[in-house]
Amino acid sequence: MSARTALGRGKPSPLLREQRVWGWVFLSPWVIGFLAFTILPILASLVFSFTDFRLTEPESVSFVGLDNYRKLFVDPLVKVSLGVTLRFALLALPIGIVLPVALAALLDSKWLVGKPFFRTLFYMPYVVPVVSAIFIWQGVLNAQSGWLNRLLRLVGVPGPNWLDDVNWIYPALVIIGLWGIGNAFLITLASMQAVPTAFYEAARVDGASAWARFRHITLPMISPVIFYNLVLAVIGLMRYFEVPFILSNGTGRPGDSTMFFNIHFYKTSFVFFDMGYGSALAWLLFVITMVFTGLLFYSARYWVFYAAGEVR
Amino acid sequence: MAVARGAPAYPTIGGSYANTAPHYRRGLRRMGLYGTVTLFASLVLTAFLMPFAYMLVTSFKDRDQIVASATGPILPVDPLTVEVGGRQVPVYRVPIDGEVRELALVRPGRRESVFVDPEDPAGAEVVWEGAWRTLKPVYVWAPRTGNFAAVWNGIAFPRLLFNTAFIAFTGMVGTLVSCVMVAYAFARFPLPFKGAMFMVLIATIILPKQVLLVPTYAFFDAIGWTGTWLPLIVPHFFANAFNVFLLRQYFMQLPRELDEAAMIDGAGPLRVLTSVIVPQSYPVLVAVGLFHIVFAWNDYFEPLLYTLGRPDLQPLSVGIQQYNFIYSQQPHLIQATALLGMVVPVALFFFTQRFFMRGIVITGVEK
Repeated sequence: MSARTALGRGKPSPLLREQRVWGWVFLSPWVIGFLAFTILPILASLVFSFTDFRLTEPESVSFVGLDNYRKLFVDPLVKVSLGVTLRFALLALPIGIVLPVALAALLDSKWLVGKPFFRTLFYMPYVVPVVSAIFIWQGVLNAQSGWLNRLLRLVGVPGPNWLDDVNWIYPALVIIGLWGIGNAFLITLASMQAVPTAFYEAARVDGASAWARFRHITLPMISPVIFYNLVLAVIGLMRYFEVPFILSNGTGRPGDSTMFFNIHFYKTSFVFFDMGYGSALAWLLFVITMVFTGLLFYSARYWVFYAAGEVR
Repeated sequence: MAVARGAPAYPTIGGSYANTAPHYRRGLRRMGLYGTVTLFASLVLTAFLMPFAYMLVTSFKDRDQIVASATGPILPVDPLTVEVGGRQVPVYRVPIDGEVRELALVRPGRRESVFVDPEDPAGAEVVWEGAWRTLKPVYVWAPRTGNFAAVWNGIAFPRLLFNTAFIAFTGMVGTLVSCVMVAYAFARFPLPFKGAMFMVLIATIILPKQVLLVPTYAFFDAIGWTGTWLPLIVPHFFANAFNVFLLRQYFMQLPRELDEAAMIDGAGPLRVLTSVIVPQSYPVLVAVGLFHIVFAWNDYFEPLLYTLGRPDLQPLSVGIQQYNFIYSQQPHLIQATALLGMVVPVALFFFTQRFFMRGIVITGVEK
């Protein structure tokens, strides 16, 4: 007994200390990286946003107080680009949430033959680099020679000028975005397959229809994954840049319809090198993102169902 | 399916098959459901992948075939011609006496035209009444492979491929080493505020990158790293949230008894990691490596920033993008470029899809 307490007091303490030292050693890449590539840049970005810092003339930097933030309210492109991002989100977000669930439900069907084949091929476009994907879709969506419009002509519908018409560019961007559905669809499918079959059997005994089983068993059971997809989709929209930038070469054409917020930010910071104002733009985006994700996490308690108890 | 064996036990008014008919019908209904759902999924999949067919078909055409395909066949084909009397003449599908024959047109006319059998050009001439322009030409399969050579040289593909592969593989080594270390720390070591630190790590996923971009760029510019690959490689040696999460989940479900057995044998923490944890984790390590390669092949924004003005350093994503404008009137070259740009990650995915998709599922479902 006394021997054990002696061991308990004396020995584990140095062992624990040694374990901690090793723990910090293994953790160090992240700690250093987090400080150097996250915390420091965030602080620097905040400082920059109160200056007129230009990379081309770094020596003549001076504090300008709230000028950059005041400019946010008068810069017409801020309003335009936020409007563009919001309008696109209103179309892309519902589709980006519903479609993976619908596709996963189709691939979860017990009547589908060759499931691994379908799963692999529906996922595959996700790994196609965005530049290649845009080259391909530009051809497919071409108003005259594109296959989509040729197909529409076959059934007697004149196809729109997808990429050059302000009314059709957002549907076109959504179509291009469909190839990115892979991750969302795959994890939705996996969580659908993890729903215990006993639930469905019990519901069937009670006479629930197929739709009722989907609505009252599947959807609540996969709601954590839907939530996860939703959060990633909102973050993705806030970062949306590559597709419109490559399509229009950063001009925002047609009209200003693809002048997304990040294109405005990119041009301000890295074409005109106005990094003080660019930092203010980035902070505006940061605040908007935080508000939206905060609202999402707040809303989660009302509709996300965690079978295993509380959120970890 | 269910066929009655022997005489029905209870002869009924409905006939001797009354007992088995519902089973038989259910079998049919089942077949119908399998067929309908699978057919529907196949149609959706065809529509989903149709653009790849467009890319393939277009990248094997030349300019004339592209012009012709605006009104004619969409496949890379040429109208068939044969030599008759020292000149090339086209072959058409000619309906004669209720059958369609493939004949070479030697003397076209408005009312009637003269054809010969392409197998026997010197043989009897066939006169066909009608406007020859209404006839359908015979096509032969004629893919052009020259586009790939043209693009290969035109965009200096070997150079771009080397750049991309170098950036991708060095970054992959960095992300594997650093993420394994950090995940090991989170999974096995008693650290103060470990839970809080893990939450902070996960929260960085939500952080918009733009906030970090300007100062990071200014910093790399100040230390002379712009116009080099270092900003695209070095940050990956400092772990990232997605991969650490994935690896930690995996490490946590490995039995601790093996660690402890190794420790009793005198292995230190580093030895436990390299000899016990890592050998058990190949599937997830492969997944992390693949994620990074796909990410690096796809990454556009940062390579664009950091290799601006240095075309010799650009990776594929940035390098081929500029040809979109140079080749804008030449869809066959654009599509050949698209194919060359995606071939490595897509091939890699097909060979390793099991690891790849497992990794995605662990990250997504267990959060």
